[in-house]
Amino acid sequence: MKIRAQFAMVFNLDKCIGCHTCSVTCKNVWTNRKGVEYAWFNNVESKPGIGYPKEWENQDKWKGGWTKLNGKLELKAGGRLKKIVQIFSNPNLPEIDDYYEPFTYDYARLQNAPLSEAAPTARPVSQITGEKMDKITWGPNWEDDLAGEFASRARDKNFSNMEKEMYKQFENTFHMYLPRICNHCINPACVASCPSGALYKREEDGIVLADQDRCRGWRMCISGCPYKKVFFNWESSKAEKCVGCYPRVENGMPTVCSESCVGRIRYNGIILYDADKVSAAASADNVQDLYQEHLDMFVDPFDPAVIEQAKKDGITDDWILAAQKSPIYKMAVQWKIAFPLHPEYRTLPMIWYVPPLSPVQSQIDQKALPTEADGVIPKASAMRLPVKYLANLMTAGKEQPIVDALNRMIAMRSYQRSVHVEGTPDTRALDAVGMTEDMAKEMYRYLAIANYEDRFVIPTSKEEMRLEDYHGFQGQAGFSFGSASSVGISPNSLFPERRKESMEPRKPVPHADEMHDVTGERY
Amino acid sequence: MSLTNLIFGVYPYIALTVFVIGSWIRYDNEQYTWKTDSSQLLSKQGMMLASNLFHVGIIMIFFGHFAGLVLPHGLWLGLGISDLAHQWIAIIAGVIFGIMCLVGGSMLWYRRMYNPRVRINSRRSDVFIITWLMATLILGLLTVPFSIGHAAKGDPAVMLALAEWVKSILLLNPQPELMTKVDPIFRAHIFFGMTVFLVFPFTRLVHILTAPFSYLTRAYQIVRTKRRLA
Repeated sequence: MKIRAQFAMVFNLDKCIGCHTCSVTCKNVWTNRKGVEYAWFNNVESKPGIGYPKEWENQDKWKGGWTKLNGKLELKAGGRLKKIVQIFSNPNLPEIDDYYEPFTYDYARLQNAPLSEAAPTARPVSQITGEKMDKITWGPNWEDDLAGEFASRARDKNFSNMEKEMYKQFENTFHMYLPRICNHCINPACVASCPSGALYKREEDGIVLADQDRCRGWRMCISGCPYKKVFFNWESSKAEKCVGCYPRVENGMPTVCSESCVGRIRYNGIILYDADKVSAAASADNVQDLYQEHLDMFVDPFDPAVIEQAKKDGITDDWILAAQKSPIYKMAVQWKIAFPLHPEYRTLPMIWYVPPLSPVQSQIDQKALPTEADGVIPKASAMRLPVKYLANLMTAGKEQPIVDALNRMIAMRSYQRSVHVEGTPDTRALDAVGMTEDMAKEMYRYLAIANYEDRFVIPTSKEEMRLEDYHGFQGQAGFSFGSASSVGISPNSLFPERRKESMEPRKPVPHADEMHDVTGERY
Repeated sequence: MSLTNLIFGVYPYIALTVFVIGSWIRYDNEQYTWKTDSSQLLSKQGMMLASNLFHVGIIMIFFGHFAGLVLPHGLWLGLGISDLAHQWIAIIAGVIFGIMCLVGGSMLWYRRMYNPRVRINSRRSDVFIITWLMATLILGLLTVPFSIGHAAKGDPAVMLALAEWVKSILLLNPQPELMTKVDPIFRAHIFFGMTVFLVFPFTRLVHILTAPFSYLTRAYQIVRTKRRLA
């Protein structure tokens, strides 16, 4: 057993209203720069739909993630040698039009236009070429709220093994939002794909980062990530990705997308897992077992043996406490209402999702839906959102875990309704799914009230314990451009001297390159 | 100092010094700028053919030059390859890989100049280096008829003079007068080629020095720790 802590999130899709506040906040903080206008570290998709970039879930097309090859786990796009052979032209790289051509508008025209009969218009301008665009034909959220014809969104890969034609009928249409960020996977395909070793996972919190200095722009991570959440900055020619807002998380603050979420759907916390089980879990033979294998990697933070081992592995007491209070552990492990996104990619993603209930309460009340024996819980198959679709999204097509989760959520609602509307607790629904009243109350507190301190349980990174001179860290952290992200000193430098006139810390914090991997090898 | 001495006695050292020290400084101090500058995201069209032909061609040409000019002459004789056979091998390999590089490089040059997305986002050094490499390549291909002429007469003297000159430069005993004996087209090609080394550190060519061979032996996953490890 080797315990590691992972910074993880749960998104409660049941409450996502598709307002894009997360996307806009993230864009304003991280990607409002030339070269990444088209990049949305956080985006919200309307499902069903082909998403952003187009058809990202279709790995027959993009070859992202992992696969089993002759019983061994291998990158779907091919192993190391194949990557080197394909390095001159990556056949699986999306083109910018697969995302969209970034654009702005010629706003100045509205003020500068000469006097005319017709009102002046602000025509779209490409942010790549600076040329006027005749027509914008795709955007970051072109399919918003099921925009466009069914034939287009029917290419959604999650319709696999479904009779999708029936969902073309207006009466049968269904819709949900899917906010997406980097999954900070436990078995990241982007890291494995990087020829120069620039991408890495942090041992302390599992956040996956792209070393801007070490990245050479070989662009294999872009295609390697099955979620298409590593982006190529076409200005700097470097890979950029969601940084998990690590400067905030290290200080105990939630990510900006989570903090700004108006629906309070995002939960941030720590979860402990057994690092020795990673390889076996990712290599499960049947993709439908991957969810369970992933779940089995997580360890019980209350188990004394786990606590003892965690301490041996360098996890501090406050991190263990945070793991015990973690909303992620509750939702994923204790209540089993959260699921990974596309476990079949075998990357062991760590952003989990609570599946959305379809808006059925009034239908239940009107007895318009077939229910289970207790007369309260509708049959999962009767919901507007096809269970098969959700299962294709979250459990590689295995329906039972999704049905169970939906039933638990409905039971909690049913119980709370009896308490608040009828004034007498009715536990029939809870009994049917094997839940206790305490569990239902706690679920209600986390899901419906969603207090700030319940949603965000984030221990600080204890930088002050690690650094002898933590003031030395000033001015060295964060995302910077030009060569300022390093201290510019290497052991074999021609010019090791720094300018003496300027102020600088006595002893600079080691550059990322001088850090060590877990085997002790120096980068 | 004559022009010959300047170009074939002094210029090689300027070019090599700038190449080595310039690359070193850039690697030390400008890691962020050390990259391939791929523009495949902006336009993929034709890249599969163009980029592969160009890169495979130019890499093989590089190793061809290295084998013929830098590796010691005695090595080839020891392997039983006569000077004349050596020259024919060089001509045939040069033509094959030269044409591969020419086709791919022309496609890349055309893309660089006339693809609106690529063109507007090209730095001056990007346009310069592909143009210069293509000019060097074309000059190199133009030497082939001369080489064939020599080889047909069974006279490897020019080839040997060129190898001798390279050796004299590398052994710090420059003999620029060797170059007066060769056809002007060789001199032009060599001048262009040396200039590639001169401008190397200031262009995207630096990515060659960090070709990621270590990937072949690396573990897939990389975990970095902030802990001090013994």
